[in-house]
Amino acid sequence: MSDVSSGDERIKEMSKVRKALMRPELGGIVGTVAVFVFFGLFAFDSGMFNAQGIMNWSVVSAQFMIIAVGACLLMISGEFDLSVGSMIGFAGMMIAIFGVTLGWPMWIAILVTFVICVAFGALNGYIVVKTGLPSFIVTLATLFILRGFTIFIPQTIERKTIIGGIREAAEGDWLAPLFGAKIGAPIFNWLGDMGIIATFERGNRMGEPVVDGIPMLMVWALGLVIFGHWLLTRTRFGNWIFASGGDADAARNSGVPVNAVKIQMFMFTAFCATVFAVCQVMEFGSAGADRGLLKEFEAIIAVVIGGALLTGGYGSVIGAALGALIFGVVQQGLFFAGVESSLFRVFLGVILLAAVILNTYIRRIITGER
Amino acid sequence: MNDPIIQMKNIQKHFGSVIALAGVSVDIRGGECHCLLGDNGAGKSTFIKTMSGVHKPTSGEIIFEGKPMNFTRPRDAIEAGIATVHQHLAMIPLMSVSRNFFMGNEPIKKFGPIRLFDHDHANEITMREMKKMGINLRGPDQAVGTLSGGERQTVAIARAVHFGAKVLILDEPTSALGVRQTSNVLATIDKVRKQGIAVVFITHNVRHAMAVGDRFTVLNRGQTHGTAMKGEITPEELQDLMAGGQELATLEGSLGGTV
Repeated sequence: MSDVSSGDERIKEMSKVRKALMRPELGGIVGTVAVFVFFGLFAFDSGMFNAQGIMNWSVVSAQFMIIAVGACLLMISGEFDLSVGSMIGFAGMMIAIFGVTLGWPMWIAILVTFVICVAFGALNGYIVVKTGLPSFIVTLATLFILRGFTIFIPQTIERKTIIGGIREAAEGDWLAPLFGAKIGAPIFNWLGDMGIIATFERGNRMGEPVVDGIPMLMVWALGLVIFGHWLLTRTRFGNWIFASGGDADAARNSGVPVNAVKIQMFMFTAFCATVFAVCQVMEFGSAGADRGLLKEFEAIIAVVIGGALLTGGYGSVIGAALGALIFGVVQQGLFFAGVESSLFRVFLGVILLAAVILNTYIRRIITGER
Repeated sequence: MNDPIIQMKNIQKHFGSVIALAGVSVDIRGGECHCLLGDNGAGKSTFIKTMSGVHKPTSGEIIFEGKPMNFTRPRDAIEAGIATVHQHLAMIPLMSVSRNFFMGNEPIKKFGPIRLFDHDHANEITMREMKKMGINLRGPDQAVGTLSGGERQTVAIARAVHFGAKVLILDEPTSALGVRQTSNVLATIDKVRKQGIAVVFITHNVRHAMAVGDRFTVLNRGQTHGTAMKGEITPEELQDLMAGGQELATLEGSLGGTV
């Protein structure tokens, strides 16, 4: 029979450029270039691209990145988590209750919070894989349950829904700086002295650089993106994540422990939400019952802009990180550009739609979907 | 011929009050393509599921490489070397050929305690195995979704063979394929057989069976009328056995022998 020894005449040769472009992140890359060109043209003189401005949108983007990495891996494994936003509020509140109200050492408060939240993630996953219900519904329930507790617990104990004093409670703690500190202060001082970045001209911080370090939040964001990308593309577990989302039955037939993979991805999503929450309460010094509202959708939007398929089995962590960057730059950039802030949603909607159309087109070419 | 790899002796399978298999005996030998024919509802699926460990027979004996076997899970059968390629197969269209090929059996490259997916190794083997089967890939990262139905079957077969299948069960691999794709799959079956692997080819298409089969067993209403060697039986006889004779003979007359 057809013993084809040379190339198949029906396989079109792909040019190197075209091949390099045909990747899940393309939508994210195009979007990133587009928003930077846009704000470079319309907001260049607004201070968006000086040290302070860059730090401003970088921090916001890093926040999105942290939760987008978790949402991305979970989505590729075929599931959603709508409880991310509530988990952020809940985790922050737990730290405040343990560390301030109960007066536990901050490191114990942080560790216990991580354990509780990751356990909630595992519970989400367990219910989803055992009942076979859509994760959309299960985590929607968790969204309400966690938000309810986040309001109920501080109201019952402290008779208020915002608990402060976290920064004071964290003073001298060994674990808290891992989430709340800034690194690289000497470099920024030097940059300030050299006049490369601006320094304060009056007040009690006169002479100090306006940007005095890189917050640990950004280190976490980068670390999680690198870890997520490595896990997905370089490890055997990554192949299982793709397989679980691509076709759970086919994956099971080949011996992939689909349920365990999904539960672990729910736990990782909860872990990311908790990292976000700890960084946030360390920065603000307080926990509020309304923190993290709508964050689950922002995470999902970033992931989808980044080229992941909503139904699972396809996507990229780098893409999701770019989606988060686009999100952060647009949100802060419109403020710098002096645009009415309500237009943020219009802009975001347009970008989301454009990115998804482009991503769908690319994905069809890569995977031969019809 | 050599000794049978697997012997199914007087297998019965009852689902509640329904008798799906009423005592079926078949033996499968290495290097042969054993066709299992039967119309819808004849018990083909139940029979191969018994062989691959999905169902436990109600009574009867399975002897695998001379020893009685008691598969409790599909995993046991896979580990023993009985691989099933399903009609709607275990391929994930969104993933690359190489990722699919090694799904669940990923090669590992160790860096101290860190265990990585050895992509180079996986890609190399995938390309080599695909070439052997006569499929030219653009690259190992080409998605399975871009392959035709016949090529996907071939990837699934090549995968089972690579991971050491001694018995390869193909559940209607040609039923949804076009002419050219079907002949590709039949050619693949021939290649696999020549490597000494026992192929169990389930089909209800007599022509496909005659093209590659060495021996033929017809199932009808949960029973078998024995096994015929190639050359001992004509396509018409097979067709009759499958349909239970009479009825189809009448129908065939009115359709002018086209069934």
